Amino acid sequence: MVSVRMRSCVLSVLLLNVFYSVVSSLYFHIGETEKKCFIEEIPDETMIIGNYRTQLYDKQREEYLPATQGLGMFVEVKDPDDKVILSRQYGSEGRFTFTSHTPGEHQICLHSNSSKFALFAGGMLRVHLDIQVGEHANNYAEIAAKDKLTELQLRVRQLVEQCTRLTEERDEAERQLKHIKRGFHCDFCREERP
Amino acid sequence: MYGSFRLVLQVLSAQLLCVWVLGSELTFELPDNAKQCFYEDITIGTKCTLEFQVVTGGHYDVDCRLEDPEGTTLYKEMKKQYDSFTFTAAKNGTYKFCFSNEFSTFTHKTVYFDFQVGDDPPLFPNENRVTALTQMESACVSIHEALKSVIDYQTHFRLREAQGRSRAEDLNTRVAFWSIGEALILLVVSISQVVLLRSFFSDKKTTTTRVGS
Repeated sequence: MVSVRMRSCVLSVLLLNVFYSVVSSLYFHIGETEKKCFIEEIPDETMIIGNYRTQLYDKQREEYLPATQGLGMFVEVKDPDDKVILSRQYGSEGRFTFTSHTPGEHQICLHSNSSKFALFAGGMLRVHLDIQVGEHANNYAEIAAKDKLTELQLRVRQLVEQCTRLTEERDEAERQLKHIKRGFHCDFCREERP
Repeated sequence: MYGSFRLVLQVLSAQLLCVWVLGSELTFELPDNAKQCFYEDITIGTKCTLEFQVVTGGHYDVDCRLEDPEGTTLYKEMKKQYDSFTFTAAKNGTYKFCFSNEFSTFTHKTVYFDFQVGDDPPLFPNENRVTALTQMESACVSIHEALKSVIDYQTHFRLREAQGRSRAEDLNTRVAFWSIGEALILLVVSISQVVLLRSFFSDKKTTTTRVGS
């Protein structure tokens, strides 16, 4: 009884920390009307989780503070055929998820929804971004708890996921190479995929 | 009291396990004459690796610069296609690395970078890990490390292939335009030659001077 309480407390601390460290990683600055795009090479039927957190420069306190609630980020994701698969507005801190249905280069674009130039006061918005693809998005602690796996079984599961990712990437590269070897590379030929 | 002390100890150890993590791997577009900087907070003593590769655009090169929290340049390379730099953080603070395409006038580039900070976190926290790893477990750990480097190499080969494909497509477009342009020029020149030659032999309605009476 007591150990369950302790375990749940430790687990919640752990998960909190994982979440915190996941979002407060790499950051960059973005202008008010600027749009920043990132490209991810994603295999078929893979889940992508993107976490972001924004901060605005406070001139009085001379430091970056979490952005106000009114400020949001517009996230747009396009698949390799240039079709929009996700187009949503999130708050100043958010998490977007999507699953790829076509293997290839997906484009993830972010821009702030602020149209009030006074809000930024000529400054920049600081965006902490983290994008996890496929097996990196797996929360192994969750999987272990759900399927009741031992550490060894979990480790083997991770290895299997890594190998799957390798073979999928290799297959995709081979398919693209075949296209080129045929003497042309056309964007209309996607329907030839088996 | 002993129970709460144990709880505190477990919470602290759980906290410790989560401190490091994270590698960021991103591919972004760098417009011409632009500079893009990324920042990361790193604690002292952490081993970090920065790898970057230019995927598409121009001569497939970019300027890269890595600075520590005090502004000292740790790494600076101009017009590099691909490089890998490992360092151990000597100071606490925000490290900054920038990619610059300011030397290019009209080609925008796509740059891939992978910034690994610290080691991977353990798979799940093991509160009662008192025994050493079994042979099976340590074999799995080494396979995991090997697979990570395989994935890394594959990423670089995939990007190199994408770069090669981009170069081939670029060449293809240039050859196509060149051929079309040359065909047009040929057509224009041949038609104008024909017209010009014909004009030498046609009866001109010019006044011819009559010699004689």
